[in-house]
Amino acid sequence: MDQRIVIVGASQAGLQTAVTLRQRGHAGQITMIGSEPHTPYQRPPLSKAFLTSMAAPESLALRLPDFYRENRIELIRGETVDRIDTGRSVIMTVSGREFAYERLALTVGAMPRRLDVPGHDVRGVLYLRDIGDALLMRELLPKAADVVVVGGGFIGLEAAAVCAKAGKRVTVVEASSRLLGRTVGSTMSRFFLDAHRKRGVSFRFETGVAEIAQDRGTVAGVRLTDGSLLPAEIVIVGIGAIPRTELAAQAGLGTAAGGILVDRFATTSDAHIVAAGDCAMGPHPMAPERLIRLESVQNATDQAKVAAATLLGGHEPYAGVPWFWSDQGDIKLQIAGITTNSDEFEVSGSFDSEQLTVSHFSGGVLTGVECVNRPSDYMRARRALGEALQGRALAVRQPAALETAPAS
Amino acid sequence: MTKVTFVGTDGSETVLDVPPGTSFMQVAVSAGLAGIVAECGGAAMCATCHVYIDPADSDKLAPISTIENEMLAATASERRANSRLSCQLQGHPDLSSIRVHLPETQV
Ligand SMILES: Cc1cc2nc3c(=O)[nH]c(=O)nc-3n(C[C@H](O)[C@H](O)[C@H](O)COP(=O)(O)OP(=O)(O)OC[C@H]3O[C@@H](n4cnc5c(N)ncnc54)[C@H](O)[C@@H]3O)c2cc1C
Ligand code: FES
Repeated sequence: MDQRIVIVGASQAGLQTAVTLRQRGHAGQITMIGSEPHTPYQRPPLSKAFLTSMAAPESLALRLPDFYRENRIELIRGETVDRIDTGRSVIMTVSGREFAYERLALTVGAMPRRLDVPGHDVRGVLYLRDIGDALLMRELLPKAADVVVVGGGFIGLEAAAVCAKAGKRVTVVEASSRLLGRTVGSTMSRFFLDAHRKRGVSFRFETGVAEIAQDRGTVAGVRLTDGSLLPAEIVIVGIGAIPRTELAAQAGLGTAAGGILVDRFATTSDAHIVAAGDCAMGPHPMAPERLIRLESVQNATDQAKVAAATLLGGHEPYAGVPWFWSDQGDIKLQIAGITTNSDEFEVSGSFDSEQLTVSHFSGGVLTGVECVNRPSDYMRARRALGEALQGRALAVRQPAALETAPAS
Repeated sequence: MTKVTFVGTDGSETVLDVPPGTSFMQVAVSAGLAGIVAECGGAAMCATCHVYIDPADSDKLAPISTIENEMLAATASERRANSRLSCQLQGHPDLSSIRVHLPETQV
């Protein structure tokens, strides 16, 4: 119980790993290293109310500063790890520091996919991932009249709702034919299109961005692939996130485009190294046929708990029911389970009332729910899914890719 | 600073100082108080930071928001008239002290 544990990445998953290690009695050293200058904070508000509020960045802190000292968690901020030497069991940072580990956790998260068109680096093109991004948007938003959001996913739509409420003219540009296509079923896509239109947001589907038009170094508009030009002083890009796999790949760990490969105990192809959160891809008992990578607070915390147990020699398979929420202005969407592989669904409530529950089934078994402004439906389903999952967690197989990955 | 006394179901009391602008929940989890889970990190989305305001202190807080009110319908322990989500309650210079009771269970 006194091994030296190093955690790379100081955010939702990294912090939870450290918290669980201490809760379970780990007495040894814990060092958590993160690139950002802040203590770990919650990201969800960054695309929501925080954008137009006066709230201080500290209000997002997941723990107060004293917590780290009191729990003997050495938190090293503003330091990026760029190499893992698994042979010597040390990690090296960009600034040249070395840290020896006996066990290592990778909780390095994901980064926003960048827009790759002419003008992409002009002032006013914004991404929402870090506190710094949100503070920049807070600064630019009051002066803008027109906002273009690229990408009709959660982050883009949340930001669109905030901007529309602040009185901006907002257009969302989406390459596919529907909103939130990767994460919700078609009924919810239609509901959100309706709801955002009612709140004044315009949409352009099945078109892409050709270029960011500029005027003296700042954004002037967005040229679409169909040739039309949308005026804008701010462009918010929300076109997905890419898991950070470079560090793991450099160390020879098994990775895929979809993330750092882990088994159901969050172990990577190196038995001394675990990975959890947005960077990790592995099996889940609710999706036995494939490996999945989830981007959610639930996954970051539940998988980190599994990883911490593994670091201490335990074997507790990941069995948390996925859940997620999104505040789109005054509309609250809550999702439990997995809703993208169903063969049947059932709708209750109505678009007009803006209270709606879509239940998804596969082979007659409930796999997940999507609820709009119906927290009780959501919570009931989440509990039911959790009960159904007990026991099934043990039945999932290992990812085949891990068995062939080079062990170091 | 607001002095918040968290009373456990066994009657045990934990007194914590909550600075202005910081939530009761943030201080409770930072202190490792087991009775507050706070799965969603403070977004009023999980109802696992549920507390009961002591009846003697019920008039000391700002009224409940719609979101908080809706989410309270999903608590694991019984919702009562004095139920609140501790992530939505903040320290305030005008609030010197308050007592809150922890529920039987949060999940
Ligand atoms: C704007 C926004 C809104 C969101 N809204 C919701 C929501 O409503 N509900 C929900 O459930 N989820 C939401 N999410 C997702 C959720 O925030 C993430 O799933 C969660 O933050 C993942 O935590 P993580 O620790 O795995 O990764 P991250 O939070 O990405 O943290 C990784 C950390 O590692 C650091 N790092 C990376 N590489 C290195 C290195 N080499 N050396 C040192 N440090 C490194 C990074 O700087 C970062 O701080 C949202 C995310 C964003 C960005
Ligand atoms: S912390 Fe989730 S509702 Fe308060």
